[in-house]
Amino acid sequence: MSYVVEMFNIRKEFPGIVANDNISLSLKKGEIHALLGENGAGKSTLMGVLFGMYQPERGIIKVREKEVRITNPNVANQLGIGMVHQHFKLVENFTVTENIILGSEPLKGLVLDIDKAAKRIEELSKHYGLNVDPYAKIEDISVGMQQRVEIMKMLYREAEVLIFDEPTAVLTPAEIDELMKIMRNLIKEGKSIIIITHKLKEIKAVADRCTVIRRGKSIGTVNVAEASEESLAEMMVGRHVNFKVDKKESTPGDTVLKIDSVSAKNNRKVMALKDFSLEVRRGEIVGIAGVDGNGQSELVEAITGLRKVESGNILINGEDITNAPIRHRIEKGIGHIPEDRHKRGLVLDYRLDSNMVLEVYNKRPFAKNGLLNFGEIRAYAENIFKNFDVRSGEGGASLARTLSGGNQQKAIIGREIELDPDLLIAVQPTRGLDVGSIEYIHKRLIEHRDKGKAVLLVSLELDEVLKLSDRIAIINNGELVGIVQASETNENEVGLMMAGISKERSV
Amino acid sequence: MRNTIVSIIAILLGLIAGGLLMLAIGSNPIEGYNYLLQGALINIERIGNTLATATPLIFTGLAVAFAFRTGLFNIGAAGQMLAGGLAATAIALTFEFSRPVMLILMILGGLLAGALFALIPGILKARFNVHEVVSTIMMNWIAYWSVYYIVPGYFKGPSLETESQKLPDEYTLRAPFLSDMFDGSYINYGIFLGIIAVIIIAFIIDKTTLGFELKAVGFNRHAAEYAGMRVNRNIILSMLISGALAGLGGVALYTGNASSMQIGLLPSQGYDGIAVALLGANNPIGVFFAAILFGILYSGTGFMNAMTEIPPELANTIIAIIIYFAATSVLIHRIIDKVKRSKANRPEHKKGEA
Repeated sequence: MSYVVEMFNIRKEFPGIVANDNISLSLKKGEIHALLGENGAGKSTLMGVLFGMYQPERGIIKVREKEVRITNPNVANQLGIGMVHQHFKLVENFTVTENIILGSEPLKGLVLDIDKAAKRIEELSKHYGLNVDPYAKIEDISVGMQQRVEIMKMLYREAEVLIFDEPTAVLTPAEIDELMKIMRNLIKEGKSIIIITHKLKEIKAVADRCTVIRRGKSIGTVNVAEASEESLAEMMVGRHVNFKVDKKESTPGDTVLKIDSVSAKNNRKVMALKDFSLEVRRGEIVGIAGVDGNGQSELVEAITGLRKVESGNILINGEDITNAPIRHRIEKGIGHIPEDRHKRGLVLDYRLDSNMVLEVYNKRPFAKNGLLNFGEIRAYAENIFKNFDVRSGEGGASLARTLSGGNQQKAIIGREIELDPDLLIAVQPTRGLDVGSIEYIHKRLIEHRDKGKAVLLVSLELDEVLKLSDRIAIINNGELVGIVQASETNENEVGLMMAGISKERSV
Repeated sequence: MRNTIVSIIAILLGLIAGGLLMLAIGSNPIEGYNYLLQGALINIERIGNTLATATPLIFTGLAVAFAFRTGLFNIGAAGQMLAGGLAATAIALTFEFSRPVMLILMILGGLLAGALFALIPGILKARFNVHEVVSTIMMNWIAYWSVYYIVPGYFKGPSLETESQKLPDEYTLRAPFLSDMFDGSYINYGIFLGIIAVIIIAFIIDKTTLGFELKAVGFNRHAAEYAGMRVNRNIILSMLISGALAGLGGVALYTGNASSMQIGLLPSQGYDGIAVALLGANNPIGVFFAAILFGILYSGTGFMNAMTEIPPELANTIIAIIIYFAATSVLIHRIIDKVKRSKANRPEHKKGEA
């Protein structure tokens, strides 16, 4: 079988870091090839090189057995290489068709021929089973659908090689299944796919071969059918990985967080959280399970003060904080690992060490009489980097923007745990992270619980909720469906409840 | 450091382009620049005038740069200058105090008036999310027409309808010792106020918790909100400080460089402040030097025009080109990157081949 893309001995450096060191990868025609590695291992960089976003310092790229120089993404497109980025590049208030033709608009005389394009998109959609409405506006369609628009963009441009950068990070479980189906369809039609991921389950589900890289170095390429999840994980992390979470029985103490029939509206001014009540006690992890968009974000924002509460009360350690300012809540002991690390979690253009004191920059010893003490800030930040294994090019002086997603997340988690909050709210704490980091973060969350603190875990990954929580509250359409003991339930029961099918309220 | 290099390259490119223009109209660029520099710096008086010309630009540049650090685009510096200048003029023409008391009152009055004038767009932005570009431009015209009404109505000069009374010498920022030192230049206390402002603003931005907050809001207001900072308060505060700086610029212009206010004029220094901030990379020290450069170009152009055929508009053209290059500094950044990379690669390649 012939190779469509071959990359030989690629080397790419960034200031202070060798992102790719002598990496080779070859893609057969008609295969799904997974690129597996921890966060910051250099997967995205390697694909950036293939897509023309970075110029390698060394190495050869061949496309259809001809050596090429891919100097920018346009060259990649001409060579039939397309990329679905992790963060979509779509114009929100344009229609699907308008977004797809952007940059290669079909003309009829001097006017745009939208209808022709829309027709072609409809055909493509049918052909590949994408089910995209060419006339829908991007802002009105779901994230999964938006991703399909990105895929459509490549098909419209007749790409033969499709690169997916962590495509499942933003999807719900059902959407992930759908995407897998689409990928298989694409292969059937003769396309070739590279998928960047660190989710072993997905690799086992769709990929034919898998190339593993670790810390910028190539570890090897294996046939997925002959490898187990465990062996892949070991290749990726470089040591044995524990998939099970070791934790003791919880010993809940006093109530830290008391939510009493709280209602809140979402951004579209519709009631998204309805009469929601929940208690979280010291020494326990309470997980919130639910399908994305069922009121989890609103619940978290109501507790942290980012969203106004319409009715009901929220108490921390017995104090009513329903209308308290955010800073007051932080001082009362709420730590928050936010859902969106770029939007809320970090000031990306600040140095990393400044980001580590984002909530406490005005407290001693970091500031005195309104003057910052940079020495103390640096020392404090260094300590977090060490404890949480945050890797960056230039340490605390690196801009937060320059870190890989996983390291950004570890930095945020480190910052919040370092505050030692009575209530730690962790929203999707391991989203987009590799198994090594996930294992580590899970351990830290349980440690926090064992220190006698309360943890509220919100996650779309049911596995994670089941594994970590002591109790699980299921939310559907903004309402509490029920609360179950994690030790007495299973995926099926919680899954049903997530769909809104209530069982007898227990606990 | 890097921003400095980019700004210097932008300036050099602007000067080269200006030189080409001079060539194109049949003049000798070396001669032209020679006279331009002479006009700005040939003797102590001209140096004094150059510094005085730069003074309002220091203030407006700081005003724009400071707001920009908080993510706000204050293009109302012109209006805030008018407000500050008018307040100081009104105080000086209405009350009688000893000179030091009067000067302090005028400075404070101008500072407050500028701040209040910027407060309105600040509140509109914080409360109703009205974009500050729109509201500050509208405030410019409110200031313009207010001066149009108030100056002839209450502070009319003896001869001209369009000008306020001249301020008595002891009620201006001029100081005899300064004028003497600079051979009769109109340099005044304004330049010292400007330098003090540069130092204070640099200090606030880099060393204080206030600066930390303001910058955080500017870079990412969602994260600032998440961290418990009061975003709206910071927006208003930032506009207040920005307006106060522009107001001081008005005091320096109308009661220092000049001693009366004219109606029907929006001071060009307001918009020039945007250019100064841009060239100075929104850094207070950078703003200072950018303002001095603009001062040189503006004050030297008359002499150049008198000695050669080159029209005085050339100074504006050069400034515009410099701004153009500063605004497209991404390009310059990229070129620097490339040069660096090829330098870094060379020894390595040799190793690979050997």
